[in-house]
Amino acid sequence: MEKILTRNWNVEGGHTLAHYRSSGGYEAFRKALGLTPEAIIDEVKLSNLRGRGGAGFPTGVKWGFLPRESDVPKYLVINADEGEPGTFKDRYIMERDPHRLLEGCLISAWALGLKATYIYIRGEMVFGAEQLEAAIEELHEAGLLGEDIQGSGLSHDIHVHRGAGAYICGEETALIESLEGKAGQPRLKPPFPAVVGVFGCPTIVNNVETIACVPTIIERGGEWFAEQGSERNGGPKLAQLSGRVKNPGTYEVPSGLNLREFIFDEAWGGGILGDGALKGVIPGGSSCPVLTPDEIDVGMDFDQLMKAGSMGGTSGVIVISEDVCIVRLAARTAHFYHHESCGQCTPCREGTGWVARILDEIEAGRGRMEDLDLLLEICDNVEGNTICPLGDAMAMPVRAFLMKYRDEFEQHIREGACPFPEW
Amino acid sequence: MSTETRSETSEPLAFSPGAEERFQRVLGKYPNTRAALLPSLYLAQEDFGYLSVQAMEYVAERLALPPSKVLQVATFYTMYYKKPHGTHHIEVCTSVPCCMMGGYGVVRHLEGKLGIGVGETTPDGRFTLTEAECLAGCGHAPLMQINGRYHEHLTPERIDEILDGLD
Ligand SMILES: Cc1cc2nc3c(=O)[nH]c(=O)nc-3n(C[C@H](O)[C@H](O)[C@H](O)COP(=O)(O)O)c2cc1C
Ligand code: SF4
Ligand code: FES
Repeated sequence: MEKILTRNWNVEGGHTLAHYRSSGGYEAFRKALGLTPEAIIDEVKLSNLRGRGGAGFPTGVKWGFLPRESDVPKYLVINADEGEPGTFKDRYIMERDPHRLLEGCLISAWALGLKATYIYIRGEMVFGAEQLEAAIEELHEAGLLGEDIQGSGLSHDIHVHRGAGAYICGEETALIESLEGKAGQPRLKPPFPAVVGVFGCPTIVNNVETIACVPTIIERGGEWFAEQGSERNGGPKLAQLSGRVKNPGTYEVPSGLNLREFIFDEAWGGGILGDGALKGVIPGGSSCPVLTPDEIDVGMDFDQLMKAGSMGGTSGVIVISEDVCIVRLAARTAHFYHHESCGQCTPCREGTGWVARILDEIEAGRGRMEDLDLLLEICDNVEGNTICPLGDAMAMPVRAFLMKYRDEFEQHIREGACPFPEW
Repeated sequence: MSTETRSETSEPLAFSPGAEERFQRVLGKYPNTRAALLPSLYLAQEDFGYLSVQAMEYVAERLALPPSKVLQVATFYTMYYKKPHGTHHIEVCTSVPCCMMGGYGVVRHLEGKLGIGVGETTPDGRFTLTEAECLAGCGHAPLMQINGRYHEHLTPERIDEILDGLD
């Protein structure tokens, strides 16, 4: 398959404006300036591009929610808070090919009539922020950013805003709060950001990879992009492999690639570390329910994984081998979401911690059989009862671990100890 | 703690000329001053060493915000240090993919080598050790960051080598 999103990743100097331009960079932006905003939005709709930040919402449809006319400025906010365990793709786009993202921002700005873009990048990604700042500086020098860009009438600026260590700021309304200089606590929706977003203005929030796809959609056409994926899931995407797999890494794959092939084929994962047996697969970052080995003959797209009882999420595939303790994995997952809860909703703040403590007790050999039903009950009480989906992100994977590997939990309780080696 | 920080002097705090210049640029990025709070706290932390009460009050004054709002934000985010920190901040990822690949082994090795526990700073002020949640490098586990730079595919020997190379 032709490489698009990863084309410049392993090229010396691939992150520079000179290199990006020599491989056709900013031609899509030039082409876009000759198109009407409506025509661009139509191409994006046609492309079947779906948000790469986790929820898979169709990007063209989201763009359609932004009011055309507005008395106040409209903004683009790039979600570069990448923090879901198992996800490591946006960081590489920003470090190795920042201009692909920036060109996508400029095309979006033209199509949607946006005053400025804020790239909200995780505080920990120091190098990524430096690469972006340098690329933005290059654009200013080349006259591709600022007032009346290339005589087009478009004025636009792009700013980098660093987060400061809070996973919840990846949730789009928490991110907006944080960008406004506040604690990152999610807002009730509606209103949605497209209507009332940052600084009270209409705002589009899109993931890094989502916007990095836009130049290709304009260059090749929406129809071409749609053909690179599966039904209703357009384009190439960045799928990631981590955990107990031979060749972990970030790979550019067609949307809808078979999950088993992705893990076992020599072109990608190459099979299980140490040639052990597979125990389970988390297909889209740690908030997605685990799939058992007999459930992974499925295409990696939002619809097929949903049908299989899990979620596409961020395409961060986490591989679990037979020698990994599921109870410990469930406990670690619950601790993550407990640690990252913003504390606004009681079910999330209390429930995530309660689940984590019970799982710790079971892992330590002090669990009771009745704890298992209690865990399920707490998960039920958290799910769907919170302001944002972080509570669900704990409840859904923990429930799946417990339902699908219940005998492992019971063994811990019966034997009063964890049967697996320390890690 | 031997690390000297400007936060601890009794003179009134003020940004150094370099920090002041960056502060002015930050203000220009947003339609209101409140939005400049996160970057201003980073500036204060770099310039003064850590976010003492004095440093937070200074930021509040510069942005015309109530000190309570500044405190609320400074305590919400983990990357703002409310007490002095080691020169080298080591953060080891132990989130789900990394913990399967030896993340906790790295933590144990560092605890033994540095003689401190997670969340602590060595008595000479050189190292602070913390556990981090997923650092978006899961394919290169186990890994750590030192002052924001990634060190991946760690082994005990690699860790010793990296630490020996620091000043
Ligand atoms: C708890 C939580 C954390 C999230 N973290 C991220 C993130 O780190 N990056 C991201 O792009 N989207 C994240 N999202 C999804 C965003 O809320 C939002 O859907 C996304 O930025 C929209 O962009 P997209 O349509 O291009 O995917 C998160 C959502 C939740 C509920
Ligand atoms: S679900 Fe959790 S993280 Fe989300 S708003 Fe409620 S308390 Fe905060
Ligand atoms: S889990 Fe360690 S970097 Fe993602």
